[in-house]
Amino acid sequence: MALEIEIDGKKLTVPDGSTIMDAAHQVGTYIPHFCYHKKLSIAANCRMCLVEVEKAPKPLPACATPVTDGMKVFTHSDLAVKAQKGVMEFLLINHPLDCPICDQGGECQLQDLAVGYGGGDSRYQEEKRSVPEKNMGPLVSAEEMARCIHCTRCVRFTEEIGGFQEIGMAHRGEFSEILPFLGKTVDSEISGNVIDLCPVGALTSKPFRYSARTWELSRRKSVSPHDGLGSNMVLQVKHNRVYRALPLENESINECWLADRDRFSYEALNSDLRLTKPMVKQDGRWIETDWAAALDYVSHGLKDIIARDGADRVAFLASPHSTTEELFALKKLARALGVKNTDYRTRRADFRADALQNGALWLGGDVVELAAAKSVLVIGSTLRKEQPLIAARLRQSVKKGTQLNLLALADDDLRTDTHAKLVVAPAALVNALAQVVAAAAELKQESCQLSLDAVSISDEARRIAASLSEAETGAIVLGNLAQHHPAFSELLLLAQELSRLTGARFGLFGEAANSVGAEVFFRPDQGGLNAAQMLAQPQAAYVLLNTEPDFDAHNPQLAKATLGQAKMVAALTAFRSPELLACADVLLPIAPFTETAGSFINMEGRLQSFNGVVKPLGETRPAWKVLRVLGNLAQANGFDFSSVEEIRAEFAKQLNADRVTGLDNTLKTDAAAVSTAVAAEGLQRLGEVPIYQADALCRRATSLQQTADARAPILGLHPDTLREQQLQAGQTVTVRQGEAEVSLTVGEDATLPSGVARVPTAHPLTASLGAMFGRIDIVRGK
Amino acid sequence: MAIYASGVIFEGVDTSDAGCWHLDAYLKRGGYQALKKILENKIPQDEVIAEVKGSGLRGRGGAGFPTGLKWSFMPRSFPGEKYVVCNTDEGEPGTFKDRDILRYNPHSLIEGMIIAGYAMGSRCGYNYIHGEIFEMYERFEEALEEARQAGLLGQNICGSGFNFELYAHHGYGAYICGEETALLESLEGKKGQPRFKPPFPASFGLYGKPTTINNTESFASVPFIIRDGGTRFLEQGKPNNGGTKLFSVSGHVNRPGNYEIPLGTPFSTLLEMCGGMRDGKKLKAVIPGGSSAPVLPGDIMMDVTMDYDSIAKAGSMLGSGAVIVMNEDICMVKALERLAYFYHEESCGQCTPCREGTGWLYRVIHRIEHGLGRPEDLDLLTSVGNNMAGRTICALADAAVFPVRSFTKHFRNEFEYHIEHKKCLVNHKWC
Repeated sequence: MALEIEIDGKKLTVPDGSTIMDAAHQVGTYIPHFCYHKKLSIAANCRMCLVEVEKAPKPLPACATPVTDGMKVFTHSDLAVKAQKGVMEFLLINHPLDCPICDQGGECQLQDLAVGYGGGDSRYQEEKRSVPEKNMGPLVSAEEMARCIHCTRCVRFTEEIGGFQEIGMAHRGEFSEILPFLGKTVDSEISGNVIDLCPVGALTSKPFRYSARTWELSRRKSVSPHDGLGSNMVLQVKHNRVYRALPLENESINECWLADRDRFSYEALNSDLRLTKPMVKQDGRWIETDWAAALDYVSHGLKDIIARDGADRVAFLASPHSTTEELFALKKLARALGVKNTDYRTRRADFRADALQNGALWLGGDVVELAAAKSVLVIGSTLRKEQPLIAARLRQSVKKGTQLNLLALADDDLRTDTHAKLVVAPAALVNALAQVVAAAAELKQESCQLSLDAVSISDEARRIAASLSEAETGAIVLGNLAQHHPAFSELLLLAQELSRLTGARFGLFGEAANSVGAEVFFRPDQGGLNAAQMLAQPQAAYVLLNTEPDFDAHNPQLAKATLGQAKMVAALTAFRSPELLACADVLLPIAPFTETAGSFINMEGRLQSFNGVVKPLGETRPAWKVLRVLGNLAQANGFDFSSVEEIRAEFAKQLNADRVTGLDNTLKTDAAAVSTAVAAEGLQRLGEVPIYQADALCRRATSLQQTADARAPILGLHPDTLREQQLQAGQTVTVRQGEAEVSLTVGEDATLPSGVARVPTAHPLTASLGAMFGRIDIVRGK
Repeated sequence: MAIYASGVIFEGVDTSDAGCWHLDAYLKRGGYQALKKILENKIPQDEVIAEVKGSGLRGRGGAGFPTGLKWSFMPRSFPGEKYVVCNTDEGEPGTFKDRDILRYNPHSLIEGMIIAGYAMGSRCGYNYIHGEIFEMYERFEEALEEARQAGLLGQNICGSGFNFELYAHHGYGAYICGEETALLESLEGKKGQPRFKPPFPASFGLYGKPTTINNTESFASVPFIIRDGGTRFLEQGKPNNGGTKLFSVSGHVNRPGNYEIPLGTPFSTLLEMCGGMRDGKKLKAVIPGGSSAPVLPGDIMMDVTMDYDSIAKAGSMLGSGAVIVMNEDICMVKALERLAYFYHEESCGQCTPCREGTGWLYRVIHRIEHGLGRPEDLDLLTSVGNNMAGRTICALADAAVFPVRSFTKHFRNEFEYHIEHKKCLVNHKWC
């Protein structure tokens, strides 16, 4: 039912259930407010939005008052303005007059509204309140809590969006204080949003504090280079340096939020670890050189090796965090040189599905559609750490009735209700998914089109199958762990079959900002080697784009050994990594996403372009320019592009508006057999990539590295396994995989199935170990 | 402390008998007859509610909202749980009546709540008891157990097939938890802070379910109304002010205590019942309805009758029925300072005007009392109060402002004297 309402004489109709604030937004009338936020529950406690409503004896809060038919609202009447000014006076009496030294100065909601509603001087002659500072961790500063106006936005954010209350308001009345729980910090992977939400300078950005004023910064649009969501951002720049990252609202992607890594990874851009000059290794020693010499070295090296060993002994590996244009240009160079071995899937173990794929793998729909699905099955994902904002979105969906089902390798707390879940050891993941498929087949009384071994179907598998079958809209998504799993092909086949049986769509979470772009443009050519083959069978030469073999490989131990045998390793990289210094022969300093124009294609297949926001650091050059020169040096045709737009124009036929074409998750299933046997000996490793080790930027972002999520990896074992192994939590043991041994602290982790050893990969402490999954031994310390 | 036991709730209760609260004594006084009458005759819910409506019973917690009308708001056909909640979070300064109901006649409350559950289709009730009267909480638990053992509470009450569970819950002494939605929050295990209304508890109450909250005294009046009829209850008082009311009389009277008297009794009669003013001192002022009610000068009070309408006409509120009597030795600045301190201490802190305003009011009054007042302070108090009252989620801000307004209105000369001469007009003695 539509309701008629009149706001300041403007008539409009609003849907039933709207508040006065909603109606005011619709008609473009601004009502001052602090506690109200469109994504949070209504608190109605700041009282700034009091307005006059005809026939109401008292002014009413616009944020919380439902519209009734025929209501007349006056937002600027004497009564309303008097009430608003009265509230402003109360807000200011205990608020410190420290705007000149406050980090929020210039972007402070209280400061802005005080101009309109505050008095020139204060009638409050008593002593002001002082409030002790709080420790909320390395990202959020709560040093000046006397500035807090108790709007409780931060409290509501952690509880409602973050899923777990990490900030509360303790005490009563004037003595109320916003604080984290005793002895705790704010550890959510999306905690930084409370800085944006805080309308005053109480919660500020710890890394940014006191470094610049908002009016000194220019705002430039960009896209997050981390997960496959492609969050929209504003990067704030001064003196050719990125000072801050803020969310750019995009309701269909990141809403108004950013994950902490989107927000704080900019620190790495200004890191001492940046590579700023080309370097060449001569007689085992690194020397800085100029671009001409370095490019000449690479060009000649490649030419000689191709001549001597053949182009099929040359491997091009790129990170899916590279831009589409970089990947496209690198692929073009590879083809010009006759190199078929190109791949981006360095963390993947199983490539058997390559032969079955009909197109490029993607999410299978939009993020908004995923969130709207009535039933979702997430397979093999540490959801919150892999996709922080999708996890937050699904949390909201669950509140609206979506059934979230999980096939997980660890029973991590997703801070949301789940409908059904199977938590299994890595070796049992295929079996678990097969159970769900078999249950769905039974339910639908259809035969399974895959030839499946008999599985015994658990109750939870039946619940998952029923949930997907009965839901009007369903979605099945494979996370990073599933994609890294040694039986990824089986998981994909089973997911497709489950999709066929239940009508739910299926797809993949994008691990990296440009996973889909790389999937479309950088897979091996017919007859070429895949990433695992390139990293297992020594090639004569390697070209690495943004790739760090010790952190980006499924089996870093093997990758390092293989690269060590190459005649030449040329790395295009933004950072001097110890591993690249060890294994490479030439390092070419290329621009990170802030210093070059480019685009990322997110997991929905949406191409989002961006411009460089600062000039390249030192002698750094955008990779596409470096590749153009390499193409020219190779005397290849088609390397005369002078901008990323020209490169993009070359693949324009693969774009439909802002969507890339060729996306298709279906697989050829002729005679596909899936073995559901659960065979594993000894302890099995669960080697996930920690959230702040996922890409080169995160690894070097100093504040992110101080968070709880960046703690050094431990050896996580189920209490039963601890007992079996006669170990105790806190003890240090040596674990072995292949030839390498590392010392780790033992931790009890009841979220794991027994027999599983959770040892994260992609971390300096564990980078010498082997594959992410498979057997791992505890050799000493029993 | 004296208790004048007559009328409705305390009819026949011998408070000198230590066993007067037990079930057997209550049964002898005609207890649980109302419940049995309903259950045996299967009186329709509507009739029960009509009887309560007809009694003219108005909420005894302070607001005076008609109880029967409130009961009729409950969506009885709502599927799922519905709750009946009793507010025994008696924290209003001056009020001490509900504790005596629990102390001397707890079964009247239990019976009243069961009848309320029956009338509103609820099978579950809670009694939220103020945290500072822990012994009453323990007594109430004992009384509940007596009722359960006797088959008067729980499953299949008196073999009728009607089920009603009742639980006691004690708070921790926060005044704000007496506000009904803060009480619900606290009952749910959360911080006691009032909720924004709408939605009202009748549609979204405890755990989001339809809930009716009444004061202890209101519930305890119900057995009489059902047993003897709403008309008999009404006749005890006067039109629109039915029944008797418990008045907690404190201050400078000879016999402070709880007095159950018909609504409409002149204040002068109540004062006589209390043995008159102590030491023959002159009556200066009375707060007739608990600390939140505006104070009235003694001479005005001598002309009012103790009921909702008469006191409202005189410019105050019957409130919870806490009559605070002050003699000529009281400095009204000091008295107001004490009240302002209370609200400053008890504001929950969520709404800006109350969180900041209660402290501001207290500090200004404190300054005046301590000889640091300024000529503009009285206008400031008025202005700050106007910015607080009616601007918050609950009525605590209003409650903090009413005393300030009434004290500075009726006893303005004392405040002006204080500001000008930096000392009391009267030679202040609390007692």
